[in-house]
Amino acid sequence: MKHILSISAYLAIKEIWRNRARFLLVSLVIALITLLVLFIAALGEGLGNGNREYLSKLDAELVVYQAKSDLLISASRLERDKLAAIRRVQGVQDAGVLATANGNIILAEGREPLKAALLGIEPGHTGEPPVLEGRPFSTKLAQEVILDRNAALRSKLEVGDTLELRVTQGTRDEFYDLRVVGISDGQQYALQPTIFVPFFTWEQIRPKAEAEFDNSDPVANVILVKLEDGEQAESLKQRIAQQVNNVEAVEVADAIQALPGYSAQQSTLNTQGAFTLFIGVLVIGGFFQIQILQKVAQIGVLKAIGSTNAVVAAAAILQIILVTIAGVAIGGLLTALFSLTFPPTVPIVFNGSTSAIAIAALLLIGPLGGLISIRYAVRIEPLKALGLST
Amino acid sequence: MSRAAQSLYSIETRSIVKTYDSDFGTIYAVNEVSLQVTAGEFVALVGPSGSGKTTMLSILASLLQPTAGQILLDGQDISQMNDAERVALRREKIGFTFQANNLLPYLSAVENVELMLRLNDQLDKAGRLRARELLARLGLGERLNNLTGQLSGGQQQRVAIARALIHNPSLVLADEPTANLDTERAFQVVETFAGLIHEQQRAGIMVTHDLRMCAFVDRVLQMQDGKLVRSYNSKKEIAGLINNKA
Repeated sequence: MKHILSISAYLAIKEIWRNRARFLLVSLVIALITLLVLFIAALGEGLGNGNREYLSKLDAELVVYQAKSDLLISASRLERDKLAAIRRVQGVQDAGVLATANGNIILAEGREPLKAALLGIEPGHTGEPPVLEGRPFSTKLAQEVILDRNAALRSKLEVGDTLELRVTQGTRDEFYDLRVVGISDGQQYALQPTIFVPFFTWEQIRPKAEAEFDNSDPVANVILVKLEDGEQAESLKQRIAQQVNNVEAVEVADAIQALPGYSAQQSTLNTQGAFTLFIGVLVIGGFFQIQILQKVAQIGVLKAIGSTNAVVAAAAILQIILVTIAGVAIGGLLTALFSLTFPPTVPIVFNGSTSAIAIAALLLIGPLGGLISIRYAVRIEPLKALGLST
Repeated sequence: MSRAAQSLYSIETRSIVKTYDSDFGTIYAVNEVSLQVTAGEFVALVGPSGSGKTTMLSILASLLQPTAGQILLDGQDISQMNDAERVALRREKIGFTFQANNLLPYLSAVENVELMLRLNDQLDKAGRLRARELLARLGLGERLNNLTGQLSGGQQQRVAIARALIHNPSLVLADEPTANLDTERAFQVVETFAGLIHEQQRAGIMVTHDLRMCAFVDRVLQMQDGKLVRSYNSKKEIAGLINNKA
């Protein structure tokens, strides 16, 4: 075995080295495929993250919707009495409301207003984002705002600044001044930067139709639930549904999958990534097949002078692996360099595990693409290859 | 099962038959051919196209299994060997030169020669030195590190000759080694080949169309329609054959 590997490595490396321009060309093609696959994976991660970031970082296990709301947060409407009822369910440690809307942050002169997700949460309860800079809300009615990192970066607002928010209420644009008291980590919601306000403040400043002006009963969209024991999520879902009227509880992961467009977006990007890998298999397979066809006589000579099929196959596999590794390494480096040039507004996120899976898949496509050529090489008859057959 | 058999020769064939089935019935590519070559003897296999000499060479090279008959190489019956045994036999006991495409283009002249030693796991310092000396003897001392593409046709054939001899095989086979060479280089190549076979005491068999090349061999075996029809055993007979054809 060692002898076979030694000879095949010798032949493979000599051939690559003496034809380095040709092999480098294939490596560059693989590098471009790598670049494309990694960017698609990063785009998928970035877009997915932009959609789910707030929910995925929640310190909660369940999301409670209005029954029959098709797990659409914007379609679900829950009165505040539901919050109290849920908090009373045994096994629930804490619960907080989440109310969603959109608003425009008025920026310094000359800059376009920044569209942001306006989330109303219960200060001090589940759903409040961790504050990395500044402080949490002072009261439940405070005219204060916490920015997520994206909103802070894009608005250039800092703790202590005043944020001017424009929303449409009835037929008029209303402007509200909110004091920035804290900045959290990335908490995007619906692919938008997010600003958090106390729920009662949210009710006051949210966009609303004229018919809603007299409605004194504030309504949230969903309730976020933290359990005493996260392992009991399944049974607590049922208990909440039994003890609280007209609600439906799901785990946070299911709530993320139910976000509008999330599944379709992820499956589209995953399909693109899979097709790119498939194209990679075809490109590499095609190159090595042509290469083997050009080397029929050489392989015939090798076999005629006593090389085993194992040596021929191992040399071919080794070449494919080396060329693929080189291509993926170059592609990874190019991706890293390119990623430095993207502005933070581009939803590209290089996640370690996603990139590792993409790289593993890329390393597999080489040998996979070369399988046919290796099979062909092993089947070459020296008699025919050397023109000695009768 | 022991394949050892009694033979006084390096290579001996006994009633070798190779048939092929066709729409017109069974074709005898080789028909009852028996020949013997001793160590240090260089034999030419001649005959018109389709006479069976290439098929016979392929059988001797253990690239093709005979339909019937026995082949003894150093007293060992190789006609019934399995694929793996035949590959090992080609590697260890047989040296080849072919008509064309002899060398691996991505290896230098000396690397091509050393390849036989690598395949046999015999590449050591002495082996490397031997490869260089052999190439130097063949007039390629200044071309050791040249790639195949940087060598002329004659030089490539000489590298192939060195590769065929470097691992001390019992049998050296050459298939039309001068087919792509001009007359002067062809004579040089065959003369050198013959000299080394005599000197190193190998059994050599060369298939050729060019009867002028028989001037350097010890014996000429003529084939026709798959059969050995005549043997030219003396220098006088061989010269007669060459002159007659000329």
